[in-house]
Amino acid sequence: MYDVIVLGAGPAGISAALYAKRANREVLVLYSGESQLEKAEKIENYYGFDGGISGKELYKNGIAQAETLGVKVIREEVLKLSVNASMNFEVSSADNKYEGRSLIIAAGSKKLKPDIKNTEAFEGRGISYCAVCDGFFYRNKNVAVLGSEAYALSEAEELENIAGSVKILTDGRPAPDTDKFEVITKKIAEFSGNGRLGKVIFEDKSELEADGVFIAQGSAGGADFAKKLGIVLDGNNIRVKEDMSTNIPGVFACGDITGGMLQVGKAVYEGAEAGLSAVKYLKEKTKAKEN
Amino acid sequence: MSVITLTDENFENEVLNSDKPVLVDFFATWCGPCKMMSPIIDEIADENDGIKVGKLDVDEAGIIAARYGIMSIPTVTVFKNGEAVKSFVGVTPKEDIEPFLK
Repeated sequence: MYDVIVLGAGPAGISAALYAKRANREVLVLYSGESQLEKAEKIENYYGFDGGISGKELYKNGIAQAETLGVKVIREEVLKLSVNASMNFEVSSADNKYEGRSLIIAAGSKKLKPDIKNTEAFEGRGISYCAVCDGFFYRNKNVAVLGSEAYALSEAEELENIAGSVKILTDGRPAPDTDKFEVITKKIAEFSGNGRLGKVIFEDKSELEADGVFIAQGSAGGADFAKKLGIVLDGNNIRVKEDMSTNIPGVFACGDITGGMLQVGKAVYEGAEAGLSAVKYLKEKTKAKEN
Repeated sequence: MSVITLTDENFENEVLNSDKPVLVDFFATWCGPCKMMSPIIDEIADENDGIKVGKLDVDEAGIIAARYGIMSIPTVTVFKNGEAVKSFVGVTPKEDIEPFLK
């Protein structure tokens, strides 16, 4: 059991981890190795680096710094996330399961909604972002998962015992490695149906009958996790208060996922705030238990 | 104000025939995000006079859930004069819902 589990190892996640660790908490950082920061060739506007620093180096340094201070940093893609009865958070990767008393989401921003015509029109009417929440409504029906990586396969597995059939739609991306599910790699033109989703129409004009399509593109990002836990979103961003808390007690968010400036300085500040807020939350939780 | 438990049997009387706007929370006991919606619903019920607030378990009241095409939970729907006038899919903050209850 960890005191704090941080999702994401960029400037927000690592700062949060540093502050929580410095307050003597057991901290685990999980990251998938897909950071926006790594892609920045040179950062010249961040304090203290005369001549600038490459995003890749800054990212690597952050992880090393956290490890030096005793934070456990593991590169594993998170596939599932849930809250248990004691209000602790269960985080699963393909091979492992971790439990934390608080959770900090710093997994970066990722567009939740695909650029496919009629996506929004069928949300709640066949388009879903959460297999474990909505799978039940598709008992014995034909569903598809939109995505092409481990996260999509994990969502498909969640659905296979409930739905009549589960296909994977990659929308032009390479097929994932699976012999369990039928994969269609054609580009999708639009979702179609009468009041609720009925079919997927591909760019080559062919069609697939589908009662439900579950969106799971790329690796699961902050907004995907938010949907699964029931965190309030504003579009693709997690809605936070000044102390980086969300609507769920014990869950905090920081960095790009909260919107606003996509800058290292902002991420570091929010990470610090989230780390300290998590520590404060844990103190109050312990006190409440003692009384 | 207390929150009503809605069923297939009492839905018509409590919601469709209500002379006040009714906020209906479609949920299931096994749905994680629904548990996060529940306190928001309770708060709206506590703070707003002149409306009715009900929770409908989609497993218990399957007929009503199917009639309104509920395929994603939590879904929160505002009913006025027997008509569903506005729905919110997913956990939605109080401030977004309240303007539709006037």
